[in-house]
Amino acid sequence: MKTDDLINALAADAKSVEPPIARTFAVALAIGAVVSLIAFMVTLGPRPDFPQLLTNSVRYTFKLIVMLSIAIPAFFIVRGLSRPDFDPGRSLWWLAFGPALLLLGIGMELAVVPSGDWHQRMIGHNSFYCMTIIPILSVAPFLAMLYALKSGAPSHPVIAGAIGGVLSAGIGATLYASHCPDDSPLFVAVWYPVGFAVMAVLGALAGSRFLRW
Amino acid sequence: MDRKARDAEWSELMRTAIAGDEAAYRKLLAELSRLLRGVVRRGFAGVGVARDDVEDVVQDVLLAVHLKRHTWDPAMPLGPWVLAIARNKMIDDLRRRGRRPEVALDLSQFDIEGEDQQASIDAHDVDRVLNGLSDRNRDIVRSISIDGHSARDVADRLGMTEVAVRVALHRSLKTLADTYQEKAG
Repeated sequence: MKTDDLINALAADAKSVEPPIARTFAVALAIGAVVSLIAFMVTLGPRPDFPQLLTNSVRYTFKLIVMLSIAIPAFFIVRGLSRPDFDPGRSLWWLAFGPALLLLGIGMELAVVPSGDWHQRMIGHNSFYCMTIIPILSVAPFLAMLYALKSGAPSHPVIAGAIGGVLSAGIGATLYASHCPDDSPLFVAVWYPVGFAVMAVLGALAGSRFLRW
Repeated sequence: MDRKARDAEWSELMRTAIAGDEAAYRKLLAELSRLLRGVVRRGFAGVGVARDDVEDVVQDVLLAVHLKRHTWDPAMPLGPWVLAIARNKMIDDLRRRGRRPEVALDLSQFDIEGEDQQASIDAHDVDRVLNGLSDRNRDIVRSISIDGHSARDVADRLGMTEVAVRVALHRSLKTLADTYQEKAG
């Protein structure tokens, strides 16, 4: 077939254009997040004194802020990576914002808590739940992220998948954090990253496997 | 025409095309195919691969431009987006041929001029892929592309609705692109 012939076929198909990828990405992630939210509310739910905690507990509010400050930049970076001409470049540094915030929190925690309590605060009550429930709550946003990237054209499918995994874990971890009774930044820094790492690795694998176009 | 003015014109053509204007789209694709022919040839020359089937890669890129045009951000120039797709498809092609895909293909350095001479040369990959379509879909694609018939005419001839013909055409184009991709995997 001559290229001019192919162009005839492509031009005849001019009206088949899909919705803009940024919209597909936002809608897919919103659906994924809502599915996780519903599953969370039906099974675990936030702590009963959730509204009071938000105003009274610095540690509780802080861990939610840390999780959101990972999920939000990840959302914008992965949305960008769904386009072939997006150069993540320096925007990747925004992914360090949440962890940096957490480090700051750790520093303050170590300063105000006697060293004899550090170990107990770090071990907490729920580390096994934390490591398993975060990935489970990440499944719906993870699938939504893969669907959106598949409809896009990522030039870096493995990186896009990995950061997409971080995004989905960020959503799952935000939900789980509102339930978890362990509020110390020491606990958050030791156990939450496991869920993020699991989802990032799954995302990288899925990216290399399914996101070529 | 300098690169900036050309990009502005292309971006406008693509906006019009996405709004459904076939004529604008055809004009844009024809201009892009000339650009891509030069880009692909020089890109492969840059990594020391002599290629006599540049046209196959050009067609692969055009298919991807078509099926992924919703990933172009209308606030951005069209040229870099097209070149990013070309770069991906050239890397796929090298990988398919067992070449190291990491080879730098810095398309941004190219002072690109279009090439026309191959527009009338047949490429073979698409033909091979076409054979994988159902008889009816192959008939539809051939009638519209090679014979230059309209979807309306094809619909009348086959006793289908025009919408059904358009849907079949779109599905077939997706299949063509997927089949290219499978060869890479």
